[in-house]
Amino acid sequence: MGSQGGIGQSKEFLDLVKSIGEARSKAEEDRIVLGEIETLKRRLVEPGIPKRKMKEYIIRLVYIEMLGHDASFGYIHAVKMTHDDNLFLKRTGYLAVTLFLNEDHDLIILIVNTIQKDLKSDNFLIVCAALNAVCKLINEETIPAVLPQVVELLGHQKEAVRKKAIMALHRFHQKSPSSVSHLVSNFRKRLCDNDPGVMGATLCPLLDLINRDVSSFKDLVVSFVSILKQVAEHRLPKAYDYHQLPAPFIQIRLLKILALLGSGDKQSSEQMYTVVGDIFRKCDSSSNMGNAVIYQCICCVSSIHPNPKLLESAADQIARFLKSDSHNLKYLGIDALGRLIKLSPEIAEQHQLAVIDCLEDPDDTLKRKTFELLHKMTKSSNVEVIVDRMIDYMISINDNHYKTEIVSRCVELAEQFAPSNQWFIQTMNRVFEHAGDLVNIKVAHNLMRLIAEGFGEDDDTAYTHLRSSAVDSYLRIIGAPKLPSVFLQVICWVLGEYGTADGKYSASYITGKLCDVAEAYSNDETVKAYAVTALIKIYAFEIAAGRKVDILPECQSLIEELSASHSTDLQQRAYELQAVIALDAQAVENIMPSDASSKEIEIDKNLPFLNDHVERAIEKGAQPYIPESERSGFSNASYLNSQDLHDIPPSHGLRFEAYELPKQPSVPLTTPPISIGSSNELIAVPEPAYDRGNQAAVSVPSSSNSGPAEVKLRLDGVQKKWGRPTYSSSSPSPSAAPSQDTVNGLTVSNGATSVTPAISKGRETTYEPTRKSQVVEISPEKQKLAASLFGGSSKQERKSSLGGGHKTAAKPSGGHGAETSVKKMAVPAQQPPPPDLLDLGETTVATSGPLIDPFKQLEGLLDMVEPTSSTNNHGDVNATKVPDVMASFGDTATAVEHGGNHFSSIEDVDNLMSGLSSATTDVSSDGGIATPQSTAQISKGPNLKDALQKDALVRQMGVNPSSQNPNLFKDLLG
Amino acid sequence: MHYTVCKELNSVILSVSSQINFVCLISRQGKVRLTKWYSTYSQKERSKAIRELSGVILSRGPKLCNFVDWKGHKVVYKRYASLYFCICIDEEDNELEALEVIHHFVEILDRYFGSVCELDLIFNFHKAYYILDELLIAGELQESSKRTIAKLISAQDNLVEVAKEEASSLSNIIAQATK
Repeated sequence: MGSQGGIGQSKEFLDLVKSIGEARSKAEEDRIVLGEIETLKRRLVEPGIPKRKMKEYIIRLVYIEMLGHDASFGYIHAVKMTHDDNLFLKRTGYLAVTLFLNEDHDLIILIVNTIQKDLKSDNFLIVCAALNAVCKLINEETIPAVLPQVVELLGHQKEAVRKKAIMALHRFHQKSPSSVSHLVSNFRKRLCDNDPGVMGATLCPLLDLINRDVSSFKDLVVSFVSILKQVAEHRLPKAYDYHQLPAPFIQIRLLKILALLGSGDKQSSEQMYTVVGDIFRKCDSSSNMGNAVIYQCICCVSSIHPNPKLLESAADQIARFLKSDSHNLKYLGIDALGRLIKLSPEIAEQHQLAVIDCLEDPDDTLKRKTFELLHKMTKSSNVEVIVDRMIDYMISINDNHYKTEIVSRCVELAEQFAPSNQWFIQTMNRVFEHAGDLVNIKVAHNLMRLIAEGFGEDDDTAYTHLRSSAVDSYLRIIGAPKLPSVFLQVICWVLGEYGTADGKYSASYITGKLCDVAEAYSNDETVKAYAVTALIKIYAFEIAAGRKVDILPECQSLIEELSASHSTDLQQRAYELQAVIALDAQAVENIMPSDASSKEIEIDKNLPFLNDHVERAIEKGAQPYIPESERSGFSNASYLNSQDLHDIPPSHGLRFEAYELPKQPSVPLTTPPISIGSSNELIAVPEPAYDRGNQAAVSVPSSSNSGPAEVKLRLDGVQKKWGRPTYSSSSPSPSAAPSQDTVNGLTVSNGATSVTPAISKGRETTYEPTRKSQVVEISPEKQKLAASLFGGSSKQERKSSLGGGHKTAAKPSGGHGAETSVKKMAVPAQQPPPPDLLDLGETTVATSGPLIDPFKQLEGLLDMVEPTSSTNNHGDVNATKVPDVMASFGDTATAVEHGGNHFSSIEDVDNLMSGLSSATTDVSSDGGIATPQSTAQISKGPNLKDALQKDALVRQMGVNPSSQNPNLFKDLLG
Repeated sequence: MHYTVCKELNSVILSVSSQINFVCLISRQGKVRLTKWYSTYSQKERSKAIRELSGVILSRGPKLCNFVDWKGHKVVYKRYASLYFCICIDEEDNELEALEVIHHFVEILDRYFGSVCELDLIFNFHKAYYILDELLIAGELQESSKRTIAKLISAQDNLVEVAKEEASSLSNIIAQATK
């Protein structure tokens, strides 16, 4: 076959291709293509174009379309070309229409007739071309037009036709399952086709059918198993071999089917065990394709009823994948691990280091897959580490699609497993700060609710501590440029509620900040509304506390500006603010009780305190109240929305009877909206809250005599009648109750467990400066991470990592590291500390004390670990955990050194056994010596063995432009 | 602690069938050499997809894995000389298999063109389309035997040759008759 120049193409076309090939920029390419489009538009309308020429034009159209330009002006010519009797042209026509048209294109109707005719052709190539078009173009409406013929073609003598007919039916099934539901028996019959290609193709529709309805294909399990067995035993023709593997594509498809059929079905699964086990054993694990089959086997094993032996071989293969150098295999290993982990959770532990390697890999795809795995294995014990990592990663990427996904995962995990409220708030702050626009607004509401009522009443210190730490952190963050709107709403709300609560910050400081926010985000009305409402609250609390309110000049100008705002909502709030400021302390106390957002609001639907008033009104001749249910003609929705209900009788629906006499504005109604107001704050609905300010101003004096009942008004039922639907205020409280325990747990019972991560954190800082110089020594850090991720055998790993820390501390740079660590620990005194550091008053002392001697410092750390760990005795710990230590060390050794000397690692383990203190020194000294050695090994690069392996791999992969396989893809330019 | 879980509703297609959404060939310079769309994409979406993907794929290092996430799908790619072959598959699919589908396609092209190079595909992209149509149909691998595909393609080529001769002689006759 001539490779260049093509056949029968004009110079013009060749020039076009060439000039596009030489185009230096996309703009230049576009210019050439646009010129070509003009040419073709002109040429195509010329009369009497010879067919040869027309064919070339069509191919040029295809070319234009391929380059991403619109060639729709020429579609009709392609359609016409399919009508041609000449196969040569017809084929081009079909190719063009399948590339041009989507299944819902108007022109398809013009092709259906031709397709029908061609399906009946006695030239099988024409039939094939028509079937190709059928697969792409026939839509739900036109299926009936070709279906009978396609079904007939299932019995065609040419296997190529049968195969395509099957695929066409498969496509029909995807588009409209009902259209081919009566043809299932045909698929079953084709499964026994003489031609393996047809049989293989039949598996596609069957896979789809089985996916939709497993139960009706259970009888085929035996057939599939026997087919798979035959395929695996090399019984298919040699032509189906692929790199010496027997028909791997067919094997993979069969394995997919078996996975579906065996899922949750013990009996069917048992029939598959032997053949799947055989494939595991036989499959050539050195080629890509072989690994693809093995991976599919693992998927199958994890889907069918579990079998210990198969699970074991699956685990072995996963181990091999994870240890491989190939990123592709690592990726599959991580994926497979995620599948298997459901069945045997313990399997993850032996691969912890490999998993962490993948997590720290520069390859994004691998990293994401690993996050997926971590997401699957998150527990309350490792949630902090995992979510932390996820957020770090989330911050580092730009891809919004994935960012949204990972944010929702973080939130989901944090909400499910949060070890403490403090942590939850910190985590959410980070999420909001960096991806606030991608977070569901409900998450923000949850966060506010948590801050408001996260702790129970019985622990007041923790209660206020949480809030003031939230306030602190928000005041710190608030100055950051470009915060997401949702986050600002949370910040404003919290500052409004609790900004001045602990007396640390003055009202003018907080209000100044709020004004800054309102100014900085002046085109975000929601944020401004939140800010103003927060101002109202701050001033109200000030007035209630009997302090004199000084309104800052910028605040004054803000209020003035907003009073004239186009937004009625903002205007309303500004007026409310002014009204509240004018009130006396008593009134303010009533309308804006401090810290009321989490107060349970009791609601008595009957509003008994109004009875007197109502009776008096009725005596004066007012109409008695008719319950909603007894009235007719009200549109419920508008009724609910009526906000100015004290002015107009609630009658927004269409009414057909005459209007009643105007009622007096009813005073009693004034109190409920106040409470609605404060309960609204909780969820902070960005709708105008018209009622509050006005009524407060007008009615509070008169309502103050109703005493404590106001605050405790029960509004359950009322809200349904008046005001808009709000989050029912009763729902938060049940959810708050369970959280209480965990919260307390953080400070009290969690102590034992949370000390250690914090220690490791401190160590991390000491460790980091020297990190780069130690290739091998990275492993302790990883082990530490592993420990925090995988829990379980974490204790002795921590110790070995302590060894690492020890050593660095001994180096000159370690002193600096220790200093930084101390600094870091000292900082939390002023800042709201991260949750795990929080509990570590003791540790801080322990580390900061022996500043002079880093060794002692670490001893101090060790001492800290001992009492907290459940086993107090070193000997015990080591004795029981030795196998794990060995395993982990074995892993590191192989992972890092690549078949370097294992002896040193075994020595390490021995040393470890001989007691902790000696172990640490040994490890450190050993590490110190070992480092240059192993770096040398690594830098030596591909040794002979490696090179051989690589070579073999290259040969299996087949095509490698640089290797001795020059026949493939010799680029002309290169 | 139990909070309401508000999960983003991601429109990830959870289908087990190994649907290939599209195939594209991109040169190292980011030029499109071949595209075939099995799922429905508008022209705009197509250009965007190619633009985004070539940005991601061309910048990836050689030792990284051959898969990238793309809008809830996976794109499996492989580089041959200066040409990247990309296949977009569903999330749940076997990536390694897709990689081998690519290689399978390349081997068939190689057999057909006789040590294929990028220029072969540039000037004979329609032939590459015909071959692809015999390999994949409706987003599924329809034939895994190289020999079968080669036979079919050569049958078509022969017929086309015959038809071409017929056509030219026929058009001559017609041309003469209509004179």
